[in-house]
Amino acid sequence: MEKGTWLVKTGMAQMLKGGVIMDVVTPEQARIAEDAGAVAVMALERVPADIRAQGGVARMSDPELVTQIKNAVTIPVMAKCRIGHFVEAQVLEALGIDYIDESEVLTPADEEHHIDKDAFTIPFVCGARDLGEALRRIGEGAAMIRTKGEAGTGNVVEAVRHIRAVGGAIRRLQTMRSEELMAQAKELGAPHSLVVEVAERGALPVVNFSAGGIATPADAALMMQLGCDGNFVGSGIFKSEDPAIRAAAIVKATTHYQDPEIVAEVSRGLGEPMSGLDVRSMPSEELLAPRGW
Amino acid sequence: MNVGVLALQGDVREHVEALCDLGVSAKVVKLPRDLEDLHGLILPGGESTTIGKLMVIYDLVEPIRERILAGKMAAWGTCAGMILLSKDVGTHDQPLLGVMDTCIQRNAFGSQVDSFEAEVPIQAIGDAPFPAVFIRAPVVESIGPDVKVLGRLPSNGWIVAIQQETMFATSFHPEIVKDRRLHQHFLTLCALVGA
Repeated sequence: MEKGTWLVKTGMAQMLKGGVIMDVVTPEQARIAEDAGAVAVMALERVPADIRAQGGVARMSDPELVTQIKNAVTIPVMAKCRIGHFVEAQVLEALGIDYIDESEVLTPADEEHHIDKDAFTIPFVCGARDLGEALRRIGEGAAMIRTKGEAGTGNVVEAVRHIRAVGGAIRRLQTMRSEELMAQAKELGAPHSLVVEVAERGALPVVNFSAGGIATPADAALMMQLGCDGNFVGSGIFKSEDPAIRAAAIVKATTHYQDPEIVAEVSRGLGEPMSGLDVRSMPSEELLAPRGW
Repeated sequence: MNVGVLALQGDVREHVEALCDLGVSAKVVKLPRDLEDLHGLILPGGESTTIGKLMVIYDLVEPIRERILAGKMAAWGTCAGMILLSKDVGTHDQPLLGVMDTCIQRNAFGSQVDSFEAEVPIQAIGDAPFPAVFIRAPVVESIGPDVKVLGRLPSNGWIVAIQQETMFATSFHPEIVKDRRLHQHFLTLCALVGA
């Protein structure tokens, strides 16, 4: 019996496909998410919109909270550690959760190095804004990618920008001659072997979810049609008027993303979405996506 | 032969590609109308609670049950799919098809850090053991008289592959490895139904 293999880590992410992973800050919210059909929950002390509003250093959640949330549900539980903070990752692994998100939503602990994720048994998901960043994280052992978007804004524009950047770069790789791939690896700042693999497959070697700004069922279906394998929804659910109904609607829209009649039906009468922020009017130091590289 | 993969959530594409390797063009099943004329249905890996709830919302539970019990459709559940086919999952309150006479324990090995790969001998598909990947996997706690055991985990003897007439279930995920023998085995069950 071999644990923590690449197949076991990437396979876990494959089982989440077509699903919605929801940010929760209490065991009660975790149960609401599970009842709504979430495939996993992200255990946090504050959702990104509150981290943004309150400022200060955002760190790994209290292990007591993570354990309470783990005990409240049967679906997988994820939790975030700071970029480069491998001891927070060791702590989360020791808690026996299912996946770690090395996340730019928390304040980075290391501005030069991300965690060596191959050194862990537990799998990691990491954020990326483009193909080079995604392949650098996979090179370090990330078994799942999420395009970053801009967390806590309720504005899907950055999520769209990032999945289009990844998808467009993959399509360009597929048009290249083999000797051009090394030059491209240099330009992307990505391992050559992974660049070759992506060019051959026409897809990332791991599952890719969207994140950072999904607030409505139509947003969720948009990200699926743009090629994401599933959706992370953070502030978009529990910062809305009626979280249980909105959560269930986003789950249905993620499953039936190619069926506009169903997306229309589930979008009716959901109450107010989270209010949202115009990313263009935000000062650059408030943006989370540029954290990490 | 018409084979479908239930596509509400989970690793649908991997099953579709495995069937494609065997020359079968699989149908993606999201609504009851997609079940017509199917000789076999695969319930993929994923989250059994999510898939179960969506099966209820989109009125799939009864049509799938009826086709299976009438002998019109073979079924194969991998991991989450095994849970959905079973009659009993202990204390968990979740929607099930309840067509296989089995009691299943969910997450029997613990959380993701305890997920693993192991070789499982399955005589029904030949002498070479099957490269099995167990991800937050369920195991079969008990079986009724009509259920055959196809495979056990060598380390502890736990039941991880079962068959009841043309219903078939595995705790692990054959769809994410290259070995296609279990998909071939399922196609022979579909052919029995289609005959």
